[in-house]
Amino acid sequence: MQQFFEALMTGLAVGAIYAPLALALVLIYKATEVINFAQGEMAMFTTYIAYALLTHPHFGHTFSYWPAFFATLVIAFVFGVGLQRVVIRPLERASVLTVVMATIALLVILNGLAAWIWSPELKFFPSPFPTSSWVVDGVRISKQDTGTFGVTIACVVVLWLFFRFTKLGLAMRAGAVNPDAARLLGVRTSWLLALGWGFAAMLGAVSGMMTAPTNLLSPSMMQAVLIFAFAGAILGGLESPVGAVAGGLGLGVLLSMLGTYVHPVTTELQLPVALAILLIVLLVRPAGVFGRAVVRRV
Amino acid sequence: MAVLLELNDVSARYGQVQALHGISLTVGEGEVVALLGANGAGKTTTLRAVSGTVRRSGDVTFAGKRLGRAGPESVARSGIAHVPEGRGIFAELTVWENLRMGAYLRRGRPDFSAVLAYFPWLEARRTQQAGTLSGGEQQMLALARAFLLRPRLLMLDEPSLGLAPLVTREVFRVVVDLNEKEGLAVLVVEQNAAVALQAAGRAYVLETGTVAVEGSADELRANDAVRTAYLGY
Amino acid sequence: MKPRLGYLGFALLVVAVVVAPSISSHYRTFQLAFVGIYLIALIGLNILTGLTGQISLGHGAFMGVGAYTTTILVVDHGWRDLWTLPVAGLVAGLAGLAFGVPATRFAGPYLALATFAIPLSFIGLLKRFPHFTGGTGGRQLPSLHSQFGIKANSSVWIYWVSWLVALAMLLVAYALVRGRFGRALRSVRDSEIAATANGISTAGIKAIAFGISAFYCGLAGGLFAMAVTFVNPDTFPIDLSILLLVGVVLGGAGSLGGMLFGALFVEFIRITWGPALLDVFSRIHHVDARAAGSSLVVYGVVLLLVLYAAPAGAAGLVRRIVAAASSFKPKRRSAPTVDQT
Repeated sequence: MQQFFEALMTGLAVGAIYAPLALALVLIYKATEVINFAQGEMAMFTTYIAYALLTHPHFGHTFSYWPAFFATLVIAFVFGVGLQRVVIRPLERASVLTVVMATIALLVILNGLAAWIWSPELKFFPSPFPTSSWVVDGVRISKQDTGTFGVTIACVVVLWLFFRFTKLGLAMRAGAVNPDAARLLGVRTSWLLALGWGFAAMLGAVSGMMTAPTNLLSPSMMQAVLIFAFAGAILGGLESPVGAVAGGLGLGVLLSMLGTYVHPVTTELQLPVALAILLIVLLVRPAGVFGRAVVRRV
Repeated sequence: MAVLLELNDVSARYGQVQALHGISLTVGEGEVVALLGANGAGKTTTLRAVSGTVRRSGDVTFAGKRLGRAGPESVARSGIAHVPEGRGIFAELTVWENLRMGAYLRRGRPDFSAVLAYFPWLEARRTQQAGTLSGGEQQMLALARAFLLRPRLLMLDEPSLGLAPLVTREVFRVVVDLNEKEGLAVLVVEQNAAVALQAAGRAYVLETGTVAVEGSADELRANDAVRTAYLGY
Repeated sequence: MKPRLGYLGFALLVVAVVVAPSISSHYRTFQLAFVGIYLIALIGLNILTGLTGQISLGHGAFMGVGAYTTTILVVDHGWRDLWTLPVAGLVAGLAGLAFGVPATRFAGPYLALATFAIPLSFIGLLKRFPHFTGGTGGRQLPSLHSQFGIKANSSVWIYWVSWLVALAMLLVAYALVRGRFGRALRSVRDSEIAATANGISTAGIKAIAFGISAFYCGLAGGLFAMAVTFVNPDTFPIDLSILLLVGVVLGGAGSLGGMLFGALFVEFIRITWGPALLDVFSRIHHVDARAAGSSLVVYGVVLLLVLYAAPAGAAGLVRRIVAAASSFKPKRRSAPTVDQT
């Protein structure tokens, strides 16, 4: 029983890293029908920026953790908006293939840029949480895991509040549902797309900063996370933000359980297993676990 | 009566296909004007040319100012509310969220009492998902939303589309109400000429992208030749 | 106009292929062999991406499947390397089909992201079963030499093998996409709803396109293994899959002939043009051009520029030039269109 709870806790913490990235993917997809392949590399790059703030003196002193964290979120937001305006918007009228290729180009550029600026060697990234654990009824609960879970879920909740209760959030949702109608009501949908990219970049930064302490900072740090995040988004039902978060968490727990109880599943197999789970779920329930079956009018 | 909207030799095309060939028309303050004609005559395109949803050449003047190349967002800000074909409601959002979107351009807390006076049933349906409303209800919701923009001109594209005759009449009753009580000018595109001519004061009949006939509603209704040739009844 | 241009182009290609070894050094011939290998892979990927409209970031892994199949058959079972090629293609093709059948239920961009998982999973699987695959250490193949009593330098030998296969597979692809099958593919790309209304099972077509494209990549992978005589998990990373996709877009998605440009790009950017561009850049900006990641930045930027300026790739540019030269049609910006070459 104790093993179960420990696996559950670990799984939730890991899932909490996938969840924000999954949400970011769904955000951009809902608004633009485009998968942003660069989402993971954007997250990685902004994490390097946090690293730079933490380790190099800027304006005379280095940042301590939480100021660096929030500064990075702001920088990520601006970065996301900027990328959308400069790289993606000129391709507004192009085919989906072209836009997707542009995000792939971004992926390649950011990956190369990170290696170029900071070198590809693995680096240590600090965690704001202590590495000790609480012991409750014989179950070890890692403070690090709890902290990770708390931070990411807090970010997701804040974002949810924004979308649910603010005018801008409503406009973004409306713009995703029917951009033409939104424009006729005076909404500048083009800028809202940029905002969407800004938020997605922020979510990615959270994901990156939470994963870097455990997985070490490197240019390819987020590649696997992107896949897991995507798998989580799919499991949650393609177009549902709630599903994305639930799917990310669920996938984390599932993989953790498999790793603990099913012995042939080692770390190298996590990705293929995730992929296999994804494919099987889709064979049985094409709309994902939470999704509604999309009726396509044929 | 002052001219509110004026189109002067407006043309528009979709890719290589020319849809409008130099249309000129006017809508006066507080007038209800109908735009009639068969399918493909260019009625919808005319509205789109005004709201900037399609590229146009020629002059469009609204309240004395030329509407430039700007897109639908700024046309809405100028005071023109365009309710497109198919209503354009946000199906996945609730009724109330749709209304809030109507008030998007307003500063501060919007006052919904006026709109609820015209559409009282909306209050009870606040949390219903807009996509589950009936066709007539969706049309009313779209009208309510457009009204919240506090426009000076309301452009309606085929409001009767897919609606039963009784419902259509109700929709037009509200439109006429809005026009009479709020002084809201209306430019309505309709295939159902009979209903439209009952509500409108003047009408233009379009045919393959040009104005074929224009006149007051009474004149058009009385003229048998026009009725059978262009209006189909 | 188009088919004749295609025949002319093919004839020119054959002439070029025949002439090239005699005017090139052995090293250059060896590089050109890889152009042929990449051409096979790109034709396959193009069938999926350019013609059926499904983006894949995983086809490097199918090359890997083919490469490892060839390796295992040659090293563990004593097969002659040439005979392993059809098997390599088949195994990869089946893998592609196995992935394609469930995965093509996704909408396009989500399918693409799923394919991103393939190379990463493949590497994981390779490492997990080391006694079969050689694990991280990889496996060595016997050295390359000419066979059947023909006396030729090994570079020239692999050049001829690769290009014979490439030309043959190019003809096969042409035959495939000309008729009903090609039309079915393109209709899925252009409008899934219209395709379904015409009785085409879109998921079925997409899965088959996956299988065929994986088959081509498997063939290419087998040849690749023969040429480099060594495979390990790092031989087929995600970078390769991305590079293949870039090659398809640069060559012109949907154009078979354009894939030649793509193949030239894929082979030469890594070794020759990339570093050359960087050298120029570094002279202006005094940066270390040999730094890790710099070449990635270069080809990402090149890709972006091509996407802005010439989204239909090299084939699109050629088409525009030919159209402008042969008639006085105004130049139009066109997104990737159907090409009947």
